[in-house]
Amino acid sequence: MSTGSIMLTVDGESRSLVIDTRTTLLDALRDHLGVTSPKKGCDHGQCGACTVLLDGRRVLACLALAVAHDGAEITTAAGLSPDGEPHPLAQAFIDHDGFQCGYCTPGQICSAAGMLDEAGKGAPSHVTGDLEGPTVLDDEEIRERMSGNLCRCGAYPGIVAAIREVSG
Amino acid sequence: MNPFDYERPADAGAAVATVASRADAAFLGGGTNLVDLMKLGVTGPSLLVDVTGLPLDRIEPLPGGGLRIGATVRNADAAADPEVRRRYPMLARALLAGASGQVRNMATIGGNLLQRTRCVYFQDVTLACNKREPGSGCAALHGYNRHHAILGASERCVAVHPSDMAVALTALDAVVQVQGPDGERAIPIADLYTGDDPERDTALAHGELITAIDLPEPAAAPSAYRKVRDRASYAFALVSVAAVLDVDAGGTVRDARIAFGGLAHRPWRASRAEAALRGAPATGASFRTAADAELAAARPLPGNAFKVPMARSTLAAVLRGLAAREAR
Repeated sequence: MSTGSIMLTVDGESRSLVIDTRTTLLDALRDHLGVTSPKKGCDHGQCGACTVLLDGRRVLACLALAVAHDGAEITTAAGLSPDGEPHPLAQAFIDHDGFQCGYCTPGQICSAAGMLDEAGKGAPSHVTGDLEGPTVLDDEEIRERMSGNLCRCGAYPGIVAAIREVSG
Repeated sequence: MNPFDYERPADAGAAVATVASRADAAFLGGGTNLVDLMKLGVTGPSLLVDVTGLPLDRIEPLPGGGLRIGATVRNADAAADPEVRRRYPMLARALLAGASGQVRNMATIGGNLLQRTRCVYFQDVTLACNKREPGSGCAALHGYNRHHAILGASERCVAVHPSDMAVALTALDAVVQVQGPDGERAIPIADLYTGDDPERDTALAHGELITAIDLPEPAAAPSAYRKVRDRASYAFALVSVAAVLDVDAGGTVRDARIAFGGLAHRPWRASRAEAALRGAPATGASFRTAADAELAAARPLPGNAFKVPMARSTLAAVLRGLAAREAR
């Protein structure tokens, strides 16, 4: 077995671990560090339930090898609300019924946080009309930019409404 | 997943030497395809050489008006780059049409070129696949082949190349910069993807590392990338078209550059369609004739005959849109 020794900052806390190189960032968080906010859905990069912020950018923890991210700063949905007060996105998901079973929700919230940051920096999307124009997050833009997060309960109208409220 | 060693070299020379020295070593970029294939047991390298820390993450102008995109630039960053958006909108559009926000934040430009087919038989180790296990046959030929090739395929393999970006790069005549154990070389993207040998996706030798993609100075003509898929977002192409159309003041096509995605084992440069368009009036009839010239060689499978009219209509629609933009 090949192992690696890494240090991660997870939701503001420094964590060291020695892991098999095969360990994904998702399994490192959930099984080795007990951080269960990111969820394992498909484990193949197709559902988005494992989305976390890696050095501020949204990524799929199931397709990232933990050993490749020594020194990284990870923020999970739980870490977005460090003092126990819901993050504005979490509150908006509650207010707009942006979930039913809730399994995809931590990934949705991390993805939305990363997406709002990308849009704030002017990044275009597939549905942006003018590649060089300003970014306006209407519902079509929100849906396209959140397409990497599936919700099998079908709470999409609530999810879009929640993100729209926070983005506005 | 097979056990593997992990290394993170500081320079490209060391990365190349390390991979070249071990037959089953592999470069690791964003990992969005490779890590998945390792989980599925499709591939099992004993050593991963992580290239994401190499200083290959810049986008910079080239002498002569082109642009160089470093191999470890993330897809999202390439798509958002102001120069790419302004001067190579077709490439930005192709990048944005691929995958999801999360995957684009992880995937690298170099890795995108080298991603493997998403053929379900290739990804399932219990089924026959000549690409995964040479000589085992092709389960897709008589299986579920809705997504498979209609151009350039053989009885041995009907897989399609999944990249959107590579389709735009093919229409742009991009050049792939490579560093290998024997030095550096530049490969026109038309020569990067090999023929119909399912065992060999690209012309790269073991240990050769893509270091950058060079874009020539863009043509002063409108361009577009259009992707048709089974759902509105986060799906691979059934058919995609990258096209540049240059029409003169009299309404005659001066030049056209066209590539198809979703139709073949490689991004498919539509040379016959381009030849049919040069000198022809920029009309819907010419566009359909050009599409027919390319698609005359199509050999659809039982599950994907729809791709022929879909490719024809998509190309004609893209060209009509470009001609209308030029006429303004």
